[in-house]
Amino acid sequence: MTARLRGSPFDPWQELAQYEAALAKGKYGACSSFVGTMRDFNVGDHVHAMTLEHYPEMTQKYLDTICAEAEQRWQLSGCLIIHRYGEISPGEPIVLTAAWSAHRAAAFDACRYLIEQLKVRAPFWKKELTDAGERWVHNAPGD
Amino acid sequence: MRLKVKFFASLSEHTGLTETTVTSDSEATVLDVWNQATGHQPMPSNTLCAINMSYAHLEDRASDGDEIAFFPPVTGGSV
Repeated sequence: MTARLRGSPFDPWQELAQYEAALAKGKYGACSSFVGTMRDFNVGDHVHAMTLEHYPEMTQKYLDTICAEAEQRWQLSGCLIIHRYGEISPGEPIVLTAAWSAHRAAAFDACRYLIEQLKVRAPFWKKELTDAGERWVHNAPGD
Repeated sequence: MRLKVKFFASLSEHTGLTETTVTSDSEATVLDVWNQATGHQPMPSNTLCAINMSYAHLEDRASDGDEIAFFPPVTGGSV
């Protein structure tokens, strides 16, 4: 399992390929992935840029913990989280979660677990830059 | 006991603090630490806290050398 924080843009598809290349061939039959990308709009406003603040040591601890929990709950061949922090522009990936397993059900469920858990437990805070200035983002149900 | 206290995101702006050190008595709770570090500023109702990078409650007691953090609800990930 791997959980990494990135302070600069990353290519999720390259990261997926690189991680998968290190897994034992023939031991997994499914990979499920989620990529979250920054939008240029939110609650009706144009968003020019975003700053993602975090609590570095606690963030890494919780990403590691969430990966470990997924590996305990499902039989996985691999588990990957990559999350940006700092200045982010619209169109750039913010987060990648992925899980590899023998069959699709575990891969789908584990991948969803990774993103849903990190959204509510990993200490990140978004600040958007809109036409009206900067504002902190508050999560709405379903976000 | 000596404690490191950190504030993040909107709570850092709210208090005007990012990181400070306080010396508290051994019975101090996380709420006591907030009051001491901020000079009894009102705490926003949705404030979260952590002791040594683990989520905690305001009534939890701190120990010497702990790192106490205060922050708003998290907004990571993506839709």
